[in-house]
Amino acid sequence: MKAVVIVPAFNEEVVISKVIRSIPKRIIRVKKIEILVVDDGSTDKTNKLASQKNVYIASHIINRGLGAAIKTGLEWAKVNNYDLAVTFDGDGQHDPGDIKRVIKPIMENKADLVIGSRFKKSQNIPIDRLALNWLANLATFFLFGIFSTDSQSGFRAFSKKAIKEIDFKAERMEFSSEILLEAKRKSLKISEVPIHAIYTSYSRMKGQKNTNAIPVFAKYLIRLLR
Amino acid sequence: MLTPIQLILLAFVVFAISRVYLRAKEKILSPQTYVFWMLIWLAAAFGIIQPGTTSRLAQFFGIGRGVDIIVYISLALVFYLVFRIYVMIEDLRHEITFIIRQVALKKTSKISGKHSKKR
Repeated sequence: MKAVVIVPAFNEEVVISKVIRSIPKRIIRVKKIEILVVDDGSTDKTNKLASQKNVYIASHIINRGLGAAIKTGLEWAKVNNYDLAVTFDGDGQHDPGDIKRVIKPIMENKADLVIGSRFKKSQNIPIDRLALNWLANLATFFLFGIFSTDSQSGFRAFSKKAIKEIDFKAERMEFSSEILLEAKRKSLKISEVPIHAIYTSYSRMKGQKNTNAIPVFAKYLIRLLR
Repeated sequence: MLTPIQLILLAFVVFAISRVYLRAKEKILSPQTYVFWMLIWLAAAFGIIQPGTTSRLAQFFGIGRGVDIIVYISLALVFYLVFRIYVMIEDLRHEITFIIRQVALKKTSKISGKHSKKR
């Protein structure tokens, strides 16, 4: 089984080298692990720093959004025939130790899409993030009929079938719910595993802004009316 | 006899029709869009020349004045067009992203690795 860890990154020069270094190079029962950094039009040294780390780099010449970067990564995984893909945020918000936990249901053929959920176990999460994420979970449930304890999680694992079949259009934050909708449409098995949430002042600054909630919600609606 | 405001509005409608015709001739507008805009502007011209028609239409729909029905229809049309433009912009964004993705995938490589792998 060969796997790729997709790291979307936009202006992450402060943490990108550390994030890449932290990703495990070996996991039991995975023959080969590659890292693909999708540089989403960074204007800082992200691309240069990542290039020094012996990883694959896909560069968007201009910024297209997190959803677009993830899709580029999945497209690359599909073309290069990977059996497993993991999406792992480039801002250091995820614990690399959770990768094996997220891929486990896929390796055991129990799931095609695994969501690493920050809210499946109690941990120290800022109250505003908790509230916004639960609102997003409710919106995903009411608009798409899918319930997830962390619909906006950036830590996911995709089986070969999911890599091949999930085809989402959203380019910015609203892509998270669309992935779930696609998985439901294609009758893929969805599973959730608890992950650690690392909230640093850097990751909070780089992550989804609270004020983004309204435009993201508006885009969900437009997508439905379209 | 036409009033000054009717003449001004008619002149604008003639200008708008000429633009629609020219853009269709340049094949910028599709035949459907050409017919849609022609109908809109011809209806406007008819309403300007025969203002009584709008009053009769308003009465038919149970609306007080002729001008009110024009405002209602125009607003609905403008909202719909804004929505269509939004969808069109979204489509354009997707097309741009598609091109950027294809370029990125074509150039994806392991720069400092021993085995350079390209699509």
